[in-house]
Amino acid sequence: MARQLLTMMVNGESVTVAVEPSAMLLDVLRHELHLTGAKESCGKGDCGTCAVLLDGKAINSCITPAMKAMNREVLTIEGLSRSGQLHPIQEAFVAHGAVQCGFCTPGMVLAAKALLDENPAPTELEVRVALSGNLCRCTGYVKIIEAVLSAAAKLRR
Amino acid sequence: MWESYVLPTSVAQALAVLQAYQGRARLIAGGTDLIPKMKAGKRRIDCLVDISRIKGLQGIEEDGGDIRIGAAVTHAEVASSRLIRERATVLAEAALSVGSPLVRNQGTVAGNVVSAQPAGDAAVALFALEASIEITGQNGVRLVPIAELYQDVGISRVDSTAEIVTAIHFKGSRGNQASAFARLAQRQALALPMLNTAVVVAIRDGRFAEARIVVAPVAPLPLRARQAEQGLKDAPVSADRIVEAAEAAAQESRPRDSLLRGSAEYRRNMVRVLVRRALEQATTRLIGKVA
Ligand code: FES
Ligand code: FES
Repeated sequence: MARQLLTMMVNGESVTVAVEPSAMLLDVLRHELHLTGAKESCGKGDCGTCAVLLDGKAINSCITPAMKAMNREVLTIEGLSRSGQLHPIQEAFVAHGAVQCGFCTPGMVLAAKALLDENPAPTELEVRVALSGNLCRCTGYVKIIEAVLSAAAKLRR
Repeated sequence: MWESYVLPTSVAQALAVLQAYQGRARLIAGGTDLIPKMKAGKRRIDCLVDISRIKGLQGIEEDGGDIRIGAAVTHAEVASSRLIRERATVLAEAALSVGSPLVRNQGTVAGNVVSAQPAGDAAVALFALEASIEITGQNGVRLVPIAELYQDVGISRVDSTAEIVTAIHFKGSRGNQASAFARLAQRQALALPMLNTAVVVAIRDGRFAEARIVVAPVAPLPLRARQAEQGLKDAPVSADRIVEAAEAAAQESRPRDSLLRGSAEYRRNMVRVLVRRALEQATTRLIGKVA
């Protein structure tokens, strides 16, 4: 199958990759660019472990054809920390014990970032709604929601 | 799954690609319905034609009371649009109940219509708004009432190998009209509706001047509860008349037993509850404004 050239910004850097026309963005990120933070679980848009930000909006990369990222900006969890310094949302997840097995965490953190970028002072309900496409089988969500609210407060300061 | 992926920048270009592939190309907008189906290996095609970047398919506009939603507009955009929240509340609420935030950021309202599912949330709201679907083909543009677009479960009358749904049109609510959406599902996110209902009401001089009530999935396509609507027409605005209308809607509904969605008996009862809630909600939105 003839590959197609895909040019996109990934974590602030322009990259061009030759991709299978039918490849999903998740596969390109993981297998071509070796960014393995985004995870595949259901593979059909039901769980959010594969979430990345596309032009700032959280999407399920497992059901997003890679070519949809053409000339757009992709942010993965690898692009969130700056020179080894965790992002305040990541710090809050650690501080609040919002990570257990960690499989859902990259998607959760990115969904939270998309929310806080748009709404710096969300209510608890708004946090719950924003994270409602991200399933966690370990934590019971309470600590995750606490972490996001506390990160929001910190980012506002 | 497909050998080529193209991102045309105009409708004409997209139509040309469809024609060149003679039925072996398919349109994709958000892809939230299509891609999981394709991944499940249901069918093979040669080319995906992505219409999500076409300029003319973006945006929500109002012109003299008519609202136009471009085919590339997502559920998230519709749900957060002030125009839609104020003038087509039922659609904003329906769009907000689809899938999850991640799905709503990509899936389009037009795609929800083309999928022709018996209870697509946004589509059910568009039935209540009596929307028309704008379809563009080689021979120009036509407008089709949404109810005529549904052929069967999961099959629309759009010839997806030769034409493109380019927009959705409907009339925004006027001062004496209001609308509401209600839904029953196993969870509040990431759950298909066990039932949903969309209503539009108008009040004049303390009476219902008009009521449109749509219920799904209680038939192969969203059901207009005509008897319930008739019962409300010219009736005084009262809680009792709303209860009667909800009962009539339940009687008109033909839900089926479903392992996923619950027994027919239970769901008929729930039609009554949901229709009552939606009518109360829409009516409350008007009271104080006109009554
Ligand atoms: S792996 Fe993408 S949504 Fe589950
Ligand atoms: S921490 Fe294990 S799935 Fe969320």
